[in-house]
Amino acid sequence: MAGTVLSLCELSVEAAGRTLVDRLSIDVAARRIVGLVGPNGSGKSTALRCVYRALKPTSGAVLLDGTDLTSLKLRDSARAVAALTQESHTELDFTVEEVVALGRTPHARGNHPLTDREHALCRQAMDRLDVTHLAHRSVLTLSGGERQRVLVARALVQEPRVLVLDEPTNHLDVRHQVELLSFLRGSGLTVLTALHDLNLAAQVCDHIAVLSSGSLVSSGSPAEVLTPELVRKVFGVDATVVRHPRTGTPQLLYDLAPAPTGTPAPADAHLEGPHS
Amino acid sequence: MAVSLPEETQLEPEGRPAGRGRPAATLVALSMTLVVSVLAGVALGPTVVPPGDVVRFLYAALTGGSIGADEVTGYSIVWHVRTPRVLLAAVVGAGLSVVGVAIQALVRNALADPFVLGISSGASVGATAVVVFGVFAGLGVFALSAAAFLGALGATVLVYLAARGPMGLTPLRLVLTGVALAYGFQALMSVLVFLAPNGQAARTVLFWLLGSLGSASWESLPLVTAAVLVAIVVLLRQSRSLDVLSLGDETASSLGVDADALRRGLFVLTAAVTGLIVAVSGAIGFVGLVLPHVVRIWVGSTHRRVLAVAPLAGGCFMVWVDLVARTAFAPEELPLGVITALIGVPVFVVLMRRRGYLFGGR
Repeated sequence: MAGTVLSLCELSVEAAGRTLVDRLSIDVAARRIVGLVGPNGSGKSTALRCVYRALKPTSGAVLLDGTDLTSLKLRDSARAVAALTQESHTELDFTVEEVVALGRTPHARGNHPLTDREHALCRQAMDRLDVTHLAHRSVLTLSGGERQRVLVARALVQEPRVLVLDEPTNHLDVRHQVELLSFLRGSGLTVLTALHDLNLAAQVCDHIAVLSSGSLVSSGSPAEVLTPELVRKVFGVDATVVRHPRTGTPQLLYDLAPAPTGTPAPADAHLEGPHS
Repeated sequence: MAVSLPEETQLEPEGRPAGRGRPAATLVALSMTLVVSVLAGVALGPTVVPPGDVVRFLYAALTGGSIGADEVTGYSIVWHVRTPRVLLAAVVGAGLSVVGVAIQALVRNALADPFVLGISSGASVGATAVVVFGVFAGLGVFALSAAAFLGALGATVLVYLAARGPMGLTPLRLVLTGVALAYGFQALMSVLVFLAPNGQAARTVLFWLLGSLGSASWESLPLVTAAVLVAIVVLLRQSRSLDVLSLGDETASSLGVDADALRRGLFVLTAAVTGLIVAVSGAIGFVGLVLPHVVRIWVGSTHRRVLAVAPLAGGCFMVWVDLVARTAFAPEELPLGVITALIGVPVFVVLMRRRGYLFGGR
């Protein structure tokens, strides 16, 4: 595909005799947001780990501009790929400013202090994520939303070609989820992100790849991918797909499992479709 | 009284630790304090040598100058007895502090100290074997140090082999293996002491285990000093990577730092330096645990600052601890570990409870 920055190419990961990711191929084009969705344990995080080099694929490769990442030094690939991992805690009470500056690690020469340009870069990133007022706060005192913004700022400072996020909206309240994804939407970055929330994924992603038991089962635009059949097959959930009244993106309305027999069903349990 | 929680969480937004603003000034002040501490350590003792004489004797010794015939005793005390001992105290204090910082980063645990990986217990077994059975008698005065170092080396290899897993050296495995093996070594040591022909051996062993600089000489200085200096330089060069390591292994790889390789390097470095320190001073506890925390509270958690300040602070601290050990009950000498524990335990508890210091999370 033209303009492809990152591609997962027949990527397989095996551990302890189990296949966690099975010949997964995904292309991420420049300035596009690609979402990785799937049930727990479907291999989303494992695949992303190969992209930010925390894990080595058993076979296949992650290509950055056509170059196999494993042929690059860890430091060199970190200049191109930044990541927000699920482990986001530290035990040391670094200040926000210090954590953001660590984003320069793959660029900095050894232990040299940051240059003026790099300091400016840190300030810009903190401004963009609205965490400048927290600069001298200990990261251990931040709320979940603040911490996630700080980590995005750190990733921006890395000046990556691709930003990888593993469930970035976990543990965030609705407002912070929306704010974070809105930022990604407007950032112009090339993004590969695992997401749990299919509705948010449908709104933020240009392209969605659905994983089940480590294999790609569907891939395409949100409208192509998020069908009741797929949601039933992959997630084992009955859902109705409706169009977002304003944006037109597909949105899912989940049906709760039928009440156990013997329990009287609520009067409106058979209603289908949205009200508004 | 009830604790007001909201206040606890509203940690001073402008809460910059005192030393964060001017690191250079902090370093200069600490270096001067260290020089003064060393001079004081040389001057004070059962026989007090006036500071003027101390400086004069040291100058004479270093430049080959002459002193009065009636001053030979004082000169001998200053140059042959106290100076090497005080310098060794500074080196050992600096080394333990730096290794403490490195180990806490290595196992990502606030409560780790240089001895958490079983190194000191291994060294103790070696030293006990010397005292009780007289092994390595051919090495003369170095028998104890050599055996302690070999013991430390043996323990290191064992811990490394036992902790190594499919995911590399993970912090938790390291700590668990170290603690488990330490118990094993201690049991072995107890057996040795139990089998010892007389009580004097047990007493010597105990004293050595709690730490002492009683055997300090000019000969014991060069190797450990070189090791500590190398450790400081190497760690300072890796300080940004140490910061990154504390963010977690996955984040580290996403920032271009190979956590496993770094951890292996740190393991070898800290084991070697700890082994050399234990060989000359025994297992002095609490310095490597408490000093890193004190320094972080003072200058913040960034390893570049912590690693610059910790050796100076640790050196000062140990010089004064050794002075107390020599003078409090002179001519009897207190084990250093007793004093560091007496100071270290309350300091540590106060620090842990102090609001605003959050190592280990809320």
